[in-house]
Amino acid sequence: MSPFLRSPEGDPAQPHPEDAVRIVVDGEPVDALPGQTVAAALMATGRDSWRTTRTTGRPRGVFCGIGACFDCLVVVNGIPDVRACQRTITPADAITTQPGAILPHPTLASEQPRGGTLTPSDASGGGVVVVVGAGPAGMSAARAAADAGVEVLLVDSGTQVGGQFHRQLPQEFHAARPERLQHNWTTFTRQRDRIATHNRITHLAETSVWAIEPGTAREGDGTLRLWLQTGAADAPGRRVQAVEAEAVVLAAGAYDRVLPFPGWDLPGVYSAGAAQALAKGQRIGIGNRVVIAGTGPFLLPVAESLLSVGAEVVGLLEANRLPTILKGWLTDPLVALSKLREAFAYAALLGRRGIPLHHGRAVIAAHGQDRVEAVTTAKLDRTWRAIPGTEQQLEVDAVCVGFGFTAQLELAVAAGCNLGAGPDGGPAVVVDANQQTSIPGVFAAGELTGIGGADLAAAEGQVAGASAAALLMTSRQAVAGDGRSRPAAAERTESKAAVAARRKVAKGKRFAVALAKAYPVQSDWQSWSDESTVVCRCEEVRRGEIEDALDQRDVNGMRSLKLTTRVGLGLCQGRVCSRTAADLAATRQAVVRADYSRPVAQPVRLRDLADIQEEM
Amino acid sequence: MSLSIDADVVVVGAGIVGAACAEALSAAGVRVVVVDRGAPAGGTTAAGEGNILVSDKEPGPELDLAIASRREWPAVLARLPETVADVEWESKGGLVVATTDPQPLEDFAAAQREAGVDAQVITPADAFELEPLLTRAVTAGVYYPEDAQLQPVLAATALLAAVRAGGGEVRAGVTALSVRRSAAGRVIGLETNAGVIRCSAVLNACGPWAGSFSKSAGGPIQVLPRRGMILVTAPLPECVRHKVYDADYVGAVGSGEADLQTSTVVESTRGGTVLIGSSRERIGFDDTIRVRVLRELARKAIGLFPFLGDVPVMRAYGGFRPYAPDHLPVIGPDPRIEGLWHATGHEGAGIGLAASTGRLITELFLGLHPHVDPKPFRVDRPAVLSPAPAEPVAARTSGGTS
Repeated sequence: MSPFLRSPEGDPAQPHPEDAVRIVVDGEPVDALPGQTVAAALMATGRDSWRTTRTTGRPRGVFCGIGACFDCLVVVNGIPDVRACQRTITPADAITTQPGAILPHPTLASEQPRGGTLTPSDASGGGVVVVVGAGPAGMSAARAAADAGVEVLLVDSGTQVGGQFHRQLPQEFHAARPERLQHNWTTFTRQRDRIATHNRITHLAETSVWAIEPGTAREGDGTLRLWLQTGAADAPGRRVQAVEAEAVVLAAGAYDRVLPFPGWDLPGVYSAGAAQALAKGQRIGIGNRVVIAGTGPFLLPVAESLLSVGAEVVGLLEANRLPTILKGWLTDPLVALSKLREAFAYAALLGRRGIPLHHGRAVIAAHGQDRVEAVTTAKLDRTWRAIPGTEQQLEVDAVCVGFGFTAQLELAVAAGCNLGAGPDGGPAVVVDANQQTSIPGVFAAGELTGIGGADLAAAEGQVAGASAAALLMTSRQAVAGDGRSRPAAAERTESKAAVAARRKVAKGKRFAVALAKAYPVQSDWQSWSDESTVVCRCEEVRRGEIEDALDQRDVNGMRSLKLTTRVGLGLCQGRVCSRTAADLAATRQAVVRADYSRPVAQPVRLRDLADIQEEM
Repeated sequence: MSLSIDADVVVVGAGIVGAACAEALSAAGVRVVVVDRGAPAGGTTAAGEGNILVSDKEPGPELDLAIASRREWPAVLARLPETVADVEWESKGGLVVATTDPQPLEDFAAAQREAGVDAQVITPADAFELEPLLTRAVTAGVYYPEDAQLQPVLAATALLAAVRAGGGEVRAGVTALSVRRSAAGRVIGLETNAGVIRCSAVLNACGPWAGSFSKSAGGPIQVLPRRGMILVTAPLPECVRHKVYDADYVGAVGSGEADLQTSTVVESTRGGTVLIGSSRERIGFDDTIRVRVLRELARKAIGLFPFLGDVPVMRAYGGFRPYAPDHLPVIGPDPRIEGLWHATGHEGAGIGLAASTGRLITELFLGLHPHVDPKPFRVDRPAVLSPAPAEPVAARTSGGTS
C-alpha cells in the first residue's frame, strides 16, 4: 500500500476534522475533509499519481509538496495544470487525472471577485512596506516594520501564515494539541496572533507575486510595482492587482534540492520537504515503509514527522560521513554546542524507534514499474561515488530525499538584485548589514540570503523589516519638507530588540557556515545517474540529451542549453533542474550558469492577464 | 598574439545571421572564425519565434529576399551534419485572418500574389477547417502555404557545428573590440579581448548591437534595437496548427512609432507550448518586463483563440530586434573601409532572412552573381550612414532577457 491519511484517533495533535464533504474523482464520489489539499484528498484514497507526462506517458504525483516543482498537476473542474499540493478542495469539486497536456474545458463559471483595489489603511500617504512570504523571515519582517510605525502588506501563497517551517494543520481540522507537531509553538503563535491583530498589517493569504516591474506612480524614483494574484491556487478568475511599494522585503524561502538518480521520477519518490509538509500539514503519510536519504540535519525532523503519522522509517541515510560532519561542526564549536541538545533529542528518538541511521550512504537508484518498490543504496566514498560491492536492496514504498535547499530567487532577480553564493555555495541574494539588496528599497531575509534555518531567518526578517520601515520614514520626512539634516532612522540609536536581532543574525550566519561545512554536497552525485536518467522532470530531458547538446552543438550559456534541449523549459521553469544542469555542464567545460530569472514568477491564466483593469 | 590565427573572414556575432553567413562562406571554401562576446545563439536569436515568413511582407525588396530565403533554407538545412540536422523545421503554413473589414487583407494578398507569393484568399469556413479553435468573428482569411518555422537556437548551433566541421572555428566569450587596418586602410585583423585575429575581412553580424560595433570598427551604421516580447503558455495538445496572425500584423512591422504596438501571432511549438507574439517597442536596450505589454498580447491572443483564456502563461521572454531607420536589412561591404562587411538590420525577420543573407554575403564576397538584387540592402544608403537620431534612454542594458 501507499499513501494514507493518519487516523485522528491516537493522533498526538488530536485533530477533530469537520464532517467529510463529497468530491468527485474521475467520476467516482470520494469523501474528503474540509481543509484538505487536492493532493491530500487523493493520497488519502491511496493514490500516489494522477497525471502522466506529455512525452512518455509516465505517471506522476506529488514531488516537492510545496508548489515549486509543478509535478502534481491535476484537472479541477475542467481546468488543467492545477497544482494538487497547493489547491484546497471545495465541496463538489470534480477532480480528474491529467493525461499529458490537455485543453481546458471549464465546468464552472468563474465566480471569484475581480478587479478591486488594494487598500492597506495608509497606502496612499506614507507608503507601504510589502513583505513577500510569511514564513519565519517574513513574519518577523512584517512585525518589525509595523511596530516601527509603517503600514505593512504581508503577501503569502499559503492559507495561513507560518511558511514551510511553521506549517500547521488546516483550521478545519480543529487540532486540540497543534503544538505536538511543532517546534517553538508558543513563540510562533504569539507572532501569528500579533500579526493577525496588528492594525498596521494587512495579510493577504493565498496571494502570490507573479511579476515585478518599475513603479509607475513616480517613474524613475525607484518604486516597484508588484503584481499580485489572489485566490484558490491555479484557479482561473483570481483577482489580479498591482501594489506600488517604496520598500519591499523579499522572504520567499527555499525548496528542497534533490539530485537526480535513476528512478527519481517514479511516483513514491518525494522531496524531504514534501514528506514533511504532507505529514505536518495534512496528516498524510507518504508510505508505510519509507527510506529517508540525503544530507543535512533537516532530515531528522522529517523522520520525526513521518513517525508522527505512523509511517515506518526503515532507514535514514546521511550521505556525509560522520568525520566530515564532526569536522564541519568543530570549525565553530560554540555554534555546534548550541545545537547539541537538539541533535541528542533526535538521536534519542531514532534510537527509541529503532531507526537505523547510516552515515556515508545514499539511495543511488529507485526501482519499480509505475511506482517505487525498492531502492538501491550504497556506501559513498569521499567524493560521493558509490563504492562497488556495498550496494544493498531495500524494499520500500516511499523514498524521501533532500540535499539542502535552493532559494526562491525569481522575485529578487526581477527586482534587479545582485546574486552571490551562500555559505553552501548555492545561489543567494547579496545583502548589506541592514538586509538591503543591491537595489535600494529592496530587502531580503531568510533562506534567500543563504540557507541558514528558521532562527537566522527570523532574525534577518526583523532587521529587514526595521530597515525597510526606517527607509520609508526617512523618505516620508523628506517629502514632508523637513529639510534639517537628521540622522536617518536606521542610524539612530537602536532599540534593544534591534541590537539583539543583529546579534542573532551574526550568530545565525556562523551557524549557516558551520552547517554548510558539516553537510557539503560532493560533486560525484553525478556518478549515480546515467545518460537515460531524467534531469528535467517537466520536459523529461535526459542527461544524455544535455551531454549531446554540449558535445555536438558546443552549446554555451543556459539560455542556449535550454533552447537546444528543453531543459528547464517546463512549468517549474528550471526550479528543480537548473542547478543540476549547470553542474553537469560544468564537467564538460561549458559556461552554463543556473538560471533564476523567471519574469512570470507564477503561472497566470491568460484571461486574468487580459482582464487587468489598472491604468498602465 | 598567442591566440591569433589566420582566417579569411572573422564573423562578429554568433546569432542566426552570423552563423548562416559563416556556414555559407565556409561551405564555399572561405576560412572563417566566428566570435561572440557571449554564448552563441544567446541573444536575439534566442528571443524570437523562429519565423520563416513570406506572409507578413508587402511587395518590395524585403519580400523578394524573403521569398529567396524561404527557398534557400531547405538547401542550407540539407548541408548540416547529420547529428545536428534536426532543427524542428516545419513548413506548417501561415493563416492570416481579419476580424473586421476583409478588403484591406484581400488587397494585400493580391499584391503579394503579383510578387510571387502563394497567398490564397479563403472563406471563414475554410479558416475554421484549418484552425477549428479560431474565433468565430473571422471575416476572411488568407492562407500562405509557404510560411515555415524552425527552432532558431537549434538552427544557429547546427550552422556553427557545420562551420566547425568544415574547418572553421567558433569562439564564445570573445569580445570584438575594433578592427585593425593596414596603412592603406584595409582590414587586416580583428582586435579582441583575447588578442588579434588576423584576417582579410570582418563581418559585422552583431544584430541590435551592430551599430555599436560598427562605430568601434570605424564604419558607423545606423542600427537600432526594437524590443519584442513573447508569451509562452503551458504545454498543450495540438490546438493551433499553423502560424496564425491577426491581419493587423503587417501594419506594425514597418512602423517607426516608439510606443507599444502589438499584433497577434499565435503558434504551437513542438514542445507543446503556444507562443503568443509579438510586441514592438522602441525603448532602447531596456529589458524590464512590462505587464501592460503582456496584457496587450493576452488580450489579442484570446481575441483570436478564445480557448486560450483559461490556459496559463508560464513564461515571457523578449529580446531586441535590429532595425535600420528605413526598415530594410543592411547586407554588404562597407564603402568606407575595405574589408569591413555588415549583415544586420533584419528586424523581426532575421531567422527567415538568414539563409539568403548568408548566400548573398558569400556571393558578394567571392564576386559571384548574386541570387537576389543586393542594391536595396547596400550599406551606403542615406538612412544607414546618416548620424544617429537621439535614442530613448535605456534603464538597463543587457544582451536580452530570458
